[in-house]
Amino acid sequence: MTQVSMTVNGQAASGDVEGRTLLSTFLREHLGLTGTHVGCDTSQCGACVVHVDGNAVKSCTILAAEADGADVATIESQAAADGTLNAVQQAFQDHHGLQCGFCTPGMVMSAVALLKDNPSPSEAEIRAYLEGNICRCTGYHNIVKAIMAASGQDVSAIAAE
Amino acid sequence: MPKDHGIGASPKRREDVRFLTGVGNYTDDINLNGQAYVHFLRSDVAHGKINGIDSTAAAAMPGVVRIFTGADFEGVGSIPCGWQVTDKHGQPMQEPAHPVLAQGKVRHVGDPIAAVVANTPEQARDAAEAIEVDMEELPAVIDMKAAVQEGATKVHDDLTSNLCYDWGFVEENKGAVDEAFSNAAHVTTLELVNNRLVANPMEPRVAVGDYARHNGESTLYTTSQNPHVIRLLMGAFVLGIPEHKLRVVAPDVGGGFGTKIFHYAEEAFCTFAAKAINRPVKWTSSRSEAFISDAHGRDHVTKIELALDADNNFTALRTETYANMGAYLSTFAPSVPTWLHGTLMAGNYKTPLIYVNVKAVFTNTVPVDAYRGAGRPEATYQLERVVDKAARELGVDPIALRRQNFITEFPYATPVAVEYDTGDYNATMDKLSEIADLSGFAARRAESEKNGKLRGLGVNCYIEACGIAPSNLVGQLGARAGLYESATVRVNATGGLVVMTGSHSHGQGHETSFPQVIAEMIGIDESMVEIVHGDTANTPMGMGTYGSRSLAVGGSAMVRATEKIINKARKIAAHLMEASEADIELKDGAFSVAGTDKSVAWGDVCLAAYVPHNYPLEDIEPGLEETAFYDPANFTYPSGAYCCEVEVDPDTGKVTIESFAAADDFGNIVNPMIVSGQVHGGIAQGIGQALLEGAVYDENGQLLSASYMDYAMPRADDVPFYSVDHSCVTPCTHNPLGVKGCGEAGAIGSPPAVVNAVVDALQSAGKDVTHIDMPLSPSRVWAAMNG
Amino acid sequence: MYNFEFVKPSTVAEAVSALGEEDAQALGGGQTLLPTMKQRLASPSKLVSLSGIADMKGVSADGGVLTIGGGTTHGTVAAEAGAYPALADLASHIGDPAVRNRGTIGGSLANNDPSACYPSAALASGATIVTNTREIAADDYFQGMFTTALNEGEIITAVKFPIPQAANYQKFLQPASRFALVGVFVAKYADGVRVAVTGASEEGVFRWSEAEEALNKEFRPDALMDLKVAPANMIGDLHGTKEYRAHLVGVMTKRAVTAAG
Repeated sequence: MTQVSMTVNGQAASGDVEGRTLLSTFLREHLGLTGTHVGCDTSQCGACVVHVDGNAVKSCTILAAEADGADVATIESQAAADGTLNAVQQAFQDHHGLQCGFCTPGMVMSAVALLKDNPSPSEAEIRAYLEGNICRCTGYHNIVKAIMAASGQDVSAIAAE
Repeated sequence: MPKDHGIGASPKRREDVRFLTGVGNYTDDINLNGQAYVHFLRSDVAHGKINGIDSTAAAAMPGVVRIFTGADFEGVGSIPCGWQVTDKHGQPMQEPAHPVLAQGKVRHVGDPIAAVVANTPEQARDAAEAIEVDMEELPAVIDMKAAVQEGATKVHDDLTSNLCYDWGFVEENKGAVDEAFSNAAHVTTLELVNNRLVANPMEPRVAVGDYARHNGESTLYTTSQNPHVIRLLMGAFVLGIPEHKLRVVAPDVGGGFGTKIFHYAEEAFCTFAAKAINRPVKWTSSRSEAFISDAHGRDHVTKIELALDADNNFTALRTETYANMGAYLSTFAPSVPTWLHGTLMAGNYKTPLIYVNVKAVFTNTVPVDAYRGAGRPEATYQLERVVDKAARELGVDPIALRRQNFITEFPYATPVAVEYDTGDYNATMDKLSEIADLSGFAARRAESEKNGKLRGLGVNCYIEACGIAPSNLVGQLGARAGLYESATVRVNATGGLVVMTGSHSHGQGHETSFPQVIAEMIGIDESMVEIVHGDTANTPMGMGTYGSRSLAVGGSAMVRATEKIINKARKIAAHLMEASEADIELKDGAFSVAGTDKSVAWGDVCLAAYVPHNYPLEDIEPGLEETAFYDPANFTYPSGAYCCEVEVDPDTGKVTIESFAAADDFGNIVNPMIVSGQVHGGIAQGIGQALLEGAVYDENGQLLSASYMDYAMPRADDVPFYSVDHSCVTPCTHNPLGVKGCGEAGAIGSPPAVVNAVVDALQSAGKDVTHIDMPLSPSRVWAAMNG
Repeated sequence: MYNFEFVKPSTVAEAVSALGEEDAQALGGGQTLLPTMKQRLASPSKLVSLSGIADMKGVSADGGVLTIGGGTTHGTVAAEAGAYPALADLASHIGDPAVRNRGTIGGSLANNDPSACYPSAALASGATIVTNTREIAADDYFQGMFTTALNEGEIITAVKFPIPQAANYQKFLQPASRFALVGVFVAKYADGVRVAVTGASEEGVFRWSEAEEALNKEFRPDALMDLKVAPANMIGDLHGTKEYRAHLVGVMTKRAVTAAG
């Protein structure tokens, strides 16, 4: 067992973990932050995306011990304390960018990371950026639309609803 | 002006907030005090005889609580099949046993041999690897046609062969169909494969079993589309637990697409083991495990023939299909290639004579069952491909050929046992023409050609039967359950309502759309209505969500229960206003007496029902709670026309979807936003089937596409923005909402459009390509172009 | 995963020392190794993370050579290897953004997956693989699928890429994994053209010498008109036959030459 300490969603968090404990496991099982989901075991689906030191990372493909000392942000940190959704979350709700909700935490965390680097991405840039986030419900239409809307672009010309 | 509430409005989904903030409650988020974890040791061979299992060393490993093998399940029931098909000779299908853990034999890669329960998931897996299995490998039965040859190795020794059933539909029509073919002016023949798919909801399956010693009650938390069905199947047929001692809870479910309908061995195991070790037992499937344990979909091999007369009227249709059942019969497996497929072979056309033959075959592969559309995509695909091929052979416009043969008068009784109540296939084709800008295609093709790309246009229609299903009819067809739906509407004393329904959302947004219906009926705000679902302990017996049935059947049950509520409330209101019940009107959340200014608010009537001081106690009971079970009189028949434009890179064979348009008739629409979302998702899955996805076994029964490394899921850059329209409305005639269902349409209607478009593109370049089997991977398209 | 001991040294020397233990293995970004370990296909007793070694990170250009620290992520290369645009572009298309934030060039080259992108760039550029003990020419480094000249415990500390006059990488995606079904890196230097192909061959990344000869005569796609690689050694699987991959090698090479200009 190794002791790890990190900042998670602005709060100090620590625990004893095995070498093989993944960050996703640490978040879900040790800290009870079950918003981060695990949808595959080959590092492709992206349901587990969190931010580590500001970068989007697949939390199922980084050891908890590797994140020792890091600043980690999960989906649970994205809304304001009073429950107000952030711009990406709000756009996902406004434009029906989610159905079952399982891929949603990773989608939102990826979208937030994208908009930090590229404040006004094109449709093609958004689709390319989401290569590592799989959604089975929405056909991506409303996800792409929501991200464009969250970046302040006019999406009224994109097919209805 | 779009409505802002009630039926026809698109309010934001209330469930979204919890999903967007990470506080959804999925089954894997449930952790019970003292829970242990199970790891299944699964077969790595497709077919084998187990000569012995030695778990001595494994049992001594750290954290191991108990190891279970098939021997622990002797006397426990077989996982049941919910549908019995009768073959063309009037005999019941062959139905093998399906044990929770292997009994002496394994029959597919992934078949569970033993189960290790330990204190942590990793300890369970560590110990599972230490179990020694003396396995004698047997020849694997993979190819369906080979499987039914004389002398083929049998998947089940106690069956006469690998043929589950040989089904003829309608058997009495066969002679007339054959005669029509011999008199045909033209016959178009097509042999095709409907590729095996893996549903792949993003949430893998999870089961948590619990047993309460104090009252002897078992609880199963599971990723299910239909908790009551699981309780019935597992309780009555597998574990022998009466319903009142068994609770099944499906909390938030992360997608299903059919594969979470079925009762699985892991659910029974966790429930059984929790009692056996007196601790909660949890199983969380990995994605890799899902590929070899979730029921797969599709996997048909079909020969279809279409006969036409000299005027290009369809005169007869004949098909022969081999349908893969896999190694065992999953819950609804036998119904998919038969009653969900054969009955749809008329499609949108007035073909007078149809004969469908289906041979269902056991193989050493994962069981195959319903996946989004279930039988109807297979029917639509073959029909719309053969019609397209016929148009090309005859040199006529594919859309004109379709229009010429459309059914235009309703109700219409098909020669394959169903009666379409309404539809307007020309209207959806007209709408498609408009939204897909069909007239602009030639210019777009010219532009693509300038860029060195081949552009193709594919159009098709579809009809589906959903809103599953009339119980008396499906009972005749072999269903072992009724397919009604239930709702209890409980009005609280201050006027808020709770609807407890047997329908269960796994992404469809019932918590938002169902209240819209009640809000419309009563004239109150949607926020006054709460939906409770997914827990057998607090919902009436209901059959769950699949077959695009929730609103058409579950919503109808809710309407019926709400009507009962309103009728009773009207009596109370009449009493309160000392008026005749016949004069009471309900509008905007208040009862009024016609022709007067007397009125009483909804909330006051509800309060009177629970505080019955001034109340007609001699006529009606206090309280305001009603239950209704709704059993539909017929299926519903959504229909539509779809169009896909592709570009093909002639150098690589890569197909790019340039545009996709869908014009659907879903009858009345409750929430247009949710309906569009359902169609988007269905189209992406259809494009996935057409271009990307395929579960492929090698000849030894190893699944080659066993992870996302080899099973290509559609990504954001594989698809375009879609153009969807559902303004063509012919309301369903037999349910109170006039709704038809929209969940499966996209997946049913889209694959043929894609394939038709690719064939069109290749033919435009002078390639003699009439068909390519799905998925149309670059490699396959290139090979077809250069064949 | 099987359990293991995790250590995270801050210097190369400490890392080398930690790797001296039997069954110890270096961990780069973990984007391939961790999924492999999840499938229990690897069972190191100790994982030595290289992510804490500051000396192994960074991109610098000097005297016509771009040097990339072995622990540099794909994302950093994409952003900072502007001196070698084709290489930066290649890095910007490896995996997905989250993978690029963790995966490293050293990890990729040490693993030498037959479908990875970086091996084609290193081989086509005639790069030098710098380890804690020596420098290895790319031509000597790649020795077949998942096989390299690295010794047990040897760490890639940096990779030196001579910057070409023109270069381009064309990747044709395997639709599921999004690795290269075929990827071709073409680099034109004063002393000749080098063409390296990944994804296609059962023997891993390889140089297509016939194409190099033809392009040395004339650096135009038409120069490749009559050339074909033999299908025999190509990978054939459910994503593409041997013949298809052999065909794609030609198509991607022509496209790379066109794009390189």
